[in-house]
Amino acid sequence: METIAGIEIYPLISLVIFFSFFVALFYWVVTAKKEYITKVSNLPLDNNNQNDSIL
Amino acid sequence: MEMQQFYYDNKIVKKFIYATILWGVVGMLVGLLLAFMFLFPNLTDGISWLSFGRLRPLHTNAVIFAFVGNAIFAGVYYSSQRLLKARMFSDFLSNFNFWGWQLIIVGAALTLPLGFTTSKEYAELEWPFDIAIALVWVAFGWNLIGTILKRRQRHLYVALWFYIATFVTVAVLHIFNSLELPVAALKSYSVYAGVQDALVQWWYGHNAVAFFLTTPFLGLMYYFVPKAANRPVYSYRLSIVHFWSLIFIYIWAGPHHLLYSALPEWAQHLGVAFSVMLIAPSWGGMINGLLTLRGAWDKVRTDPVLKFMVVAITGYGMATFEGPMLSLKNVNAIAHFTDWVIAHVHVGALAWNGFLAFGMIYYLIPKLFKTRLFSVGLANLHFWIGTLGIVLYALPMYVAGFTQASMWKQFNPDGTLVYGNFLETVSEIIPMYWMRAIGGTLYITGMLVLVYNIVMTISRADSKVEDELAEAPALSRVTGKRTASEGWHTWLERKPVLLTIYATIAILIGGIVQIIPTLVVESNIPTISSVKPYTPLELEGRDIYIREGCVGCHSQMIRPFRSEVERYDLTNDKQYSKAGEYVYDHPFLWGSKRTGPDLHRLGGKYSDNWHFNHMYDPQSTSSGSIMPSYRWLIRNELDKSMTEKKMEAMVTLGVPYTDEEIANAQSSMLAQGTQIEKNLYSDPDFATSYEADKAASGADFVEMKNREIVALIAYLQRLGTDIKKSDLDNQTAQN
Repeated sequence: METIAGIEIYPLISLVIFFSFFVALFYWVVTAKKEYITKVSNLPLDNNNQNDSIL
Repeated sequence: MEMQQFYYDNKIVKKFIYATILWGVVGMLVGLLLAFMFLFPNLTDGISWLSFGRLRPLHTNAVIFAFVGNAIFAGVYYSSQRLLKARMFSDFLSNFNFWGWQLIIVGAALTLPLGFTTSKEYAELEWPFDIAIALVWVAFGWNLIGTILKRRQRHLYVALWFYIATFVTVAVLHIFNSLELPVAALKSYSVYAGVQDALVQWWYGHNAVAFFLTTPFLGLMYYFVPKAANRPVYSYRLSIVHFWSLIFIYIWAGPHHLLYSALPEWAQHLGVAFSVMLIAPSWGGMINGLLTLRGAWDKVRTDPVLKFMVVAITGYGMATFEGPMLSLKNVNAIAHFTDWVIAHVHVGALAWNGFLAFGMIYYLIPKLFKTRLFSVGLANLHFWIGTLGIVLYALPMYVAGFTQASMWKQFNPDGTLVYGNFLETVSEIIPMYWMRAIGGTLYITGMLVLVYNIVMTISRADSKVEDELAEAPALSRVTGKRTASEGWHTWLERKPVLLTIYATIAILIGGIVQIIPTLVVESNIPTISSVKPYTPLELEGRDIYIREGCVGCHSQMIRPFRSEVERYDLTNDKQYSKAGEYVYDHPFLWGSKRTGPDLHRLGGKYSDNWHFNHMYDPQSTSSGSIMPSYRWLIRNELDKSMTEKKMEAMVTLGVPYTDEEIANAQSSMLAQGTQIEKNLYSDPDFATSYEADKAASGADFVEMKNREIVALIAYLQRLGTDIKKSDLDNQTAQN
């Protein structure tokens, strides 16, 4: 790339990348299953083999 | 299903916590010393390795990479093992990570005060350390990914994605920003010059904040806040959106550090747009963290761990609201180069990083030692004086920033500056610097309370830290393809390598779009034909400027504001800084803070004698100045042994020195030095004391023309003298 000519394509490409990125992201999130979400979000908590409630 | 037994490595976590505490105290003490240097500029009078310019990078590096860095490793090593139900992949790599990191820190603590610096902010360490950092970082990533691959937990919890993104992005940033050409064991030049160097540096600098101070700590937040509150994160769906949008957007925001600078406008605007967007994922994360405590706020009243975490997350929210605001050009015009930015970063460092690290330490130490905290009361005391310290630190700095910016920009009706003398704007905010020093003292007092509390907890514990037995079934193999019941993201989360690759793509897009055009499109950096490379003596002087860390307090970037050209360009030209003026600047020295005035048009403003006296005793030429004395420059002999090699390195980087110029470097330096020495004789006081000194000394007397001060004066007198309005007019005519 040596000149600024044809630069118009860049903002268009950017917009497309952005739009599709977030569409895909929200599709993932919305289609995630409830049980799966519950299971994964509890991952940090199922290591209760130590003395909790210190302090 | 067969249960497998294994041990969590707790000892490595303990080591990293000890290192966090130790370096935290060191980094904060250096910061406190610096805060007091604003009030007593000659506190470390005449000791070069304790001067402000050399200690500032030590403070920033110690806090970011030593204190926060070790806290990251402690938290990552603790939480990853438990989230993955596996011991770390390799004990050797864990220990290599630990000892390698500490060695680098010790190396930094030795070389930065001695003046070995690249001068690029948060990347000041010289090239051998850059290589060492890369090696240790790879060991960390290898260990992390190795553990992920041998995990016994199918799904990767969100904290782990943040760790993966941290590893990948910091590696990319570190490597590209540290590309430099070595000229000696501890001296190198950035391969980029001027505007390009600035863009790469702030792409790095901003994302060091993003991917060293933010993403790993968000991972820690997503693990330790639910742990401490004993309830799952508020919304796991939100955390997915948080992660992907944060890493995708963050990487673009770097140019907001260069608004109104000589960076091409399109890059500045791109930086602004993305910085503003960044508020959405940042606040999404903050809200997710705070709402995790829903129904558990009663615990926050009693549990210091949660108190620290709540203030940390609040601080994150404040700093990430402020960040986008600071990125708006009109706000940035006020805040940039002032103490407002110092307030901003300290809200992030003291509240978000500091308090989350403290909360984590108070949570982990009793667990690791199977005991109770020595004193909850002392932890509460720490919390309150720490919080008060943050408030007392930040508020005065906001006031100082506004005050200074307003005074810089104030005009009389006749068009002259109301506060034409920069020092007036400094004296005005000294009370704020006092309050900041008090706030800092409170904060570090809190840190010392933590040290006492932790030492007592450990000394009273019955047991030593032992590796902890755990058991979990091995993972059965499932198909690599997505199963019928799986969603897309569910599938991706059990494919760590693929997840890593997607995260890498997400962060690379922004870097590629921003950096590559500036590096390759020549028309983005218009050259100015009258701008010539530095003479050999000026080049040596520039290296002294770099060594002494002058860039910590002085910018070389006059923004296109009437208030700035009026103040900093005393010729009738009134020129702001142009991109084409920096084409031979390896590295760039634009700076980010004006504790003192901008120096980009300093050349010719004062006599050589003025500079000489100013370096010897700044208060003698500028009453009330808070610049420290640099009298060692006046004593030290200039090392000219490397000059030719430095020039050859510059040629490699594209600076057009001819073979003849390189061959004549020594005679050129001598001639320029002799002229400056001659100029200095115009001051009778200088002539008398210098002659007396000469007579008293023996054969090893170093003549003034061969001393460091002469090189520095040569460089300072050169600054900004290349371009005249007429040159620019010609340039425009040609274009």
